[in-house]
Amino acid sequence: MATEFHNLQELRHSASLATKVFIQRDYTEGTVCKFQAKFPAELDSRIERSLFEDTVKTLNNYYAEAEKIGGQSYLEGCLACATAYMIFLCMETRYEKVLKKISKYIQEQNEKIYAPRGLLITDPIERGMRVIEISVFEDRGSSGSSSGSSSTSSSSGR
Amino acid sequence: MSATRVTRRWQKLPGKNTFCCDGRVMMARQKGVFYLTVALITGTCALFFGFECPYLAVRLSPAIPVFGVLLFLFVMAVLLRTSFSDPGVLPRALPDEATFIEMEIEAVNGNVPAGQRPPPRIRNVEINNQIVKLKYCYTCKIFRPPRASHCSICDNCVDRFDHHCPWVGNCVGRRNYRYFYLFTLSLSLLTIYIFTFDIVHVALRECPQSVTAGSPDTVSWGGQQNVLICFFTLWSVVGLTGFHTYLITLNQTTNEDIKGSWSGKNRVQNPYSHRNIIKNCCEVLCGPTYPSVLDRRGVILEAPPAVTVPTTKSSTPEPQTTKTTAPLIPNEHTPEDTKPSIDAASHKTSPVPEDKKPHPPLGPPLASPDSDTDAAPIQEISQ
Repeated sequence: MATEFHNLQELRHSASLATKVFIQRDYTEGTVCKFQAKFPAELDSRIERSLFEDTVKTLNNYYAEAEKIGGQSYLEGCLACATAYMIFLCMETRYEKVLKKISKYIQEQNEKIYAPRGLLITDPIERGMRVIEISVFEDRGSSGSSSGSSSTSSSSGR
Repeated sequence: MSATRVTRRWQKLPGKNTFCCDGRVMMARQKGVFYLTVALITGTCALFFGFECPYLAVRLSPAIPVFGVLLFLFVMAVLLRTSFSDPGVLPRALPDEATFIEMEIEAVNGNVPAGQRPPPRIRNVEINNQIVKLKYCYTCKIFRPPRASHCSICDNCVDRFDHHCPWVGNCVGRRNYRYFYLFTLSLSLLTIYIFTFDIVHVALRECPQSVTAGSPDTVSWGGQQNVLICFFTLWSVVGLTGFHTYLITLNQTTNEDIKGSWSGKNRVQNPYSHRNIIKNCCEVLCGPTYPSVLDRRGVILEAPPAVTVPTTKSSTPEPQTTKTTAPLIPNEHTPEDTKPSIDAASHKTSPVPEDKKPHPPLGPPLASPDSDTDAAPIQEISQ
């Protein structure tokens, strides 16, 4: 890798945003929340394909778990209906619990895998569950040979 | 440390919604008909509980008013939940995402000769062996997910858009459809309940052996009013409930039904239906409760102008490093500045190796090539 960051703090202080890659939704199975696991070309030099695909697949699994229609969701629905949905004022829904797990997972992935490579994943919920936004950072002082850096150095040379 | 005003995100949200209780309540702008709905329901029930229940409780059973009260409370609870909740509004694309999509569209469409209309912005996806067209929303700058539609009254794209209901003062979409259905169902039951006991009440009073409680004239007036109101309400509400029950068994939305999206012409079938009535009903009514993706209560801190504005969420303590905005890069490029670099990067990495002219300033087009009955009227004004 041309640029290396050791943690998120370093990323914050020495990086500049080069570009953003948006992973779109995969609608082949209907309206369930699922993201395309296709590896974008812009990340080719930044991260291993398998790591990226693992992240996306795990996220897809989390969303599938949240949206699963089965015994637990029926029970939650019936109980909520019986209480005229007042129970949601004090109880957290299953989806919300899974979203918290997703948030923790993304944070952990950012810290361990993506930030050291100068990348940052944004939680899809902050983008309306439409895209997974991956920000690609470049080291401010670097004039490395990776794809985004020459453009950054041209735009940062003011 | 300069004083910071606390501004919540709902105050800056685009669209024509009104918010109450500091962002907790979200409704459409026109609320007059909603107030009428509340008044009609409360008024009818007040007449019933005031004029008829005292007699019926004594003459028949005290369970009648008790059950009536429970039913009334349930109707109000689901009505308020339908009216006050986020129907499933899709937030508009931020500038980076909008640019990215525009670039993708350009890559697909290629160079359009001057004077020619650009082709409609449509993305085809295959869902359960059926080709579904995703349309581009010029207001929200996104390709609408399947079943989403743009409500011109609220000026928002809503997921699984059913219809905009003035009676509840809100759109009916993915997040509040089941509450809306339960509202129509329980209101039908309440109307039938009151209507039945009105008739029973009138019939009992006709009997000479009946013991009257309260003066006969006021009581019969109250009963008559109720019978009239219930009679006219019954047909519309029960009819609506029946219609929505039909839609649920087919897993269709009102929007799709009106447009005839899955009417069977050209072998088009509903790809979202499970072909099983029970499964369709379970998915719509007992499915998971989707969270709102519109952050209404997040706090925007208004910092002094020297530093670019950071945005934080008050509800979750997640570190700011998961956000891609200013806190990470305090004095760095704004999104507009990164545009040339994105272009340069795309020229290098774009899969279509044609030589494109430099990124033209794509102003919002004045007319959307694909007309959508729910598309917002032409009000493409940059925010």
